Amino acid sequence: MIGAMVALTVIKLLAASGLPVFVIILVALAAAAAVCMAVGYTIERIAYRPLRRAPKLAPLITAIGVSIILQNLAMLIWGRNYHAFPPILPTSQHEIFGATITSLQVAIVLIAALMMTGLIILIHRTRLGRAMRATSENPPIAQLMGVNINQIISFTFIIGSALAAVAGLMVSANYSIAHYYMGFMLGLKAFTAAVLGGIGNIAGAVLGGILLGLIESLGAGYIGDLTGGFLGSHYQDIFAFFVLICVLIFRPSGLVGEKVSERA
Amino acid sequence: MQYSRISSMTLAVAAALALIGCGQKEEPKPAPAPAPAAAAPAPEPAKPEVTVQLGHVAPLTGPQAHLGKDNENGARMAIDELNAQGLEIGGAKIKFALVAEDDQADPKQGTIVAQKLVDAKVNGVIGHLNSGTTIPASKIYFDAGIPQISGSATNPKYTQQGFATAFRVMANDVQQGKVLGEYAAKQMAGKTIAIIDDRTAYGQGLADEFEKSVVAVGGKVAAREFTNDKATDFAAILTKIKSKKADVVFYGGMDAQGGPMAKQMKSLGLKAKFLTGDGGCTPEFIKLAGAASEGQYCSLPGVPLDQMPGGKAFGDAFSAKYGQIQLYAPYVYDAVMVMVDSMKRANSVESAKFLPEVGKTDYQGVTAKIQFDDKGDLKGGSISLYQVKDGKWEYRRNNILAGLPWSRPPGVAPRSTFKGCAPAGSAPVPPRRRSKCAIWRQGRGPPKDGPRMQNNRGFPQGKACPNLPAWPRSAKENGGGAF
Repeated sequence: MIGAMVALTVIKLLAASGLPVFVIILVALAAAAAVCMAVGYTIERIAYRPLRRAPKLAPLITAIGVSIILQNLAMLIWGRNYHAFPPILPTSQHEIFGATITSLQVAIVLIAALMMTGLIILIHRTRLGRAMRATSENPPIAQLMGVNINQIISFTFIIGSALAAVAGLMVSANYSIAHYYMGFMLGLKAFTAAVLGGIGNIAGAVLGGILLGLIESLGAGYIGDLTGGFLGSHYQDIFAFFVLICVLIFRPSGLVGEKVSERA
Repeated sequence: MQYSRISSMTLAVAAALALIGCGQKEEPKPAPAPAPAAAAPAPEPAKPEVTVQLGHVAPLTGPQAHLGKDNENGARMAIDELNAQGLEIGGAKIKFALVAEDDQADPKQGTIVAQKLVDAKVNGVIGHLNSGTTIPASKIYFDAGIPQISGSATNPKYTQQGFATAFRVMANDVQQGKVLGEYAAKQMAGKTIAIIDDRTAYGQGLADEFEKSVVAVGGKVAAREFTNDKATDFAAILTKIKSKKADVVFYGGMDAQGGPMAKQMKSLGLKAKFLTGDGGCTPEFIKLAGAASEGQYCSLPGVPLDQMPGGKAFGDAFSAKYGQIQLYAPYVYDAVMVMVDSMKRANSVESAKFLPEVGKTDYQGVTAKIQFDDKGDLKGGSISLYQVKDGKWEYRRNNILAGLPWSRPPGVAPRSTFKGCAPAGSAPVPPRRRSKCAIWRQGRGPPKDGPRMQNNRGFPQGKACPNLPAWPRSAKENGGGAF
């Protein structure tokens, strides 16, 4: 949400300047990522680090608190209205086997794939990635092995926030709107997708996201016909959470989740 | 969103409690702060100035915040003008104060805020904006005997509940849906029509009326889809509509969804015409839909601003003070004026005293000549149709200005009496019980036993009503014509 709003503000400022569209988007993205990284780091510092040794429920509660604060801050800064995305992006359409897709949507899929690949490489092929994996598996042992876990967690938050900024920009570009609570449902669905695929597995999260999107869209499109009008497309959002509950019951570690071995 | 709503609800409750604390003398609690405004008028001439509180409710946060603020500005402008006039009612100098509340377009919040206004002892209520919040809140105002005039709640149920306190200064959705449906099926040559609504009282009600009207003139409804009033993605339902080859898409809902929906229709290559009701008839719709808004239609009860009796002057004054009119501001302005006009005629600012006068209103407002029928609906309300041209809503036609009358649609009970009589054959029931009954029925469609519902208005029992002529009462009402 913050990423989208910052990017939108920058784009609106630059839209009149006559710069090429590509440059405007890049500048907006850089600004959004920078702001989000700063916000992400601050949140980690204020809301999570003091709770490192607290019970597991405590960070969850501060997360909810922070989300309320962020939404209300955004409402104060950017107002309550829906913001329209300036029409600077190309919107040419392509027909593929009867389905219509815009060039913008193609670009979004490509960028997302690129970012996911980059993230997988970062986590599995670099020193920082190895430290992250070690920290997530067992923080005290990682610390004993010389990993500065506070630093690693801060880095993770910064990377996550930067990715969120890109995602926010892509969502608002796709729907052409941004507003202060746009992130709430998206956050819930992203979490569902991650659980569906298996927490801690990027490929799984991607798979979970695609599956979830398909289930939701096909469900919304066909449920009316399948149930003879008993259920309608207004049950669209229910599918995501229905799937989440099913996965939690039958495959708590996700579809391709790694088995978490119980240590004594 | 969920979390923030919970928190703001808690806040609202806390604020309501605080307000109860500083209310009137009946309150057992000690008042910690001096009462900011005395709601009840003091008859002594020694007290020259009396502050009259008028409540105003609209969503000031969330996707419809821009419309809510617009409504509030309309009310504020009326109140500023009235205060500048220095009215005297009942021998006291009157100062009006607006108590503006936010219901977040949420029915639950709507009732909380309504109770808050009742506890604050407002003398009258202007609003709410949405039908979904107005209908449940109207019961609370009715029980408290506070007159309520909405400038924008168009769902017919609002005035069908039989609450003597409920009025609106805008034509209702039965008329709007009928006109739109006929236009879509006949004028736009819509052979297959798809209907989407946002499942709110307003959106669903309007879409239902639209569907009835389309079917009545022989149109075909190809798909009936749903979304909600916070959604942003309509790809799934629009793809389905595309597969049904619809050539007109009607959306019952507000501009925050209608705009993006029109845009997504275009990016999905859906060539159908887009048609929406008054909730989408705003500059915001064009902003959100961008180029996809070109050539799309909307309808709005009433006539265009420049054809309203005082429209030009109002528009200029409003723009100078608050900027562009979004949608309902002139109607809300009139609602305030009608209420104050009733106070003047009753020579009292007490709710119980001026309430009967509201029903007898004959006021030349900015939007129209305002008279209420026995249910509290605007008499002779008309519907205008607009189309986007060069990024602006452009007036196309109006069913009454075009010389075509409106008619009472089937399924709506004829006007009831307000005079305190019981329609023949109806069992007298105490008013309090009846109103509960009406609320209970509210969610279940139009009442099956019309006569008893009407009786909600007539308190004294046993006296039979004079035989009201069946609808239509005059040739003018019996046009039934399309555009």
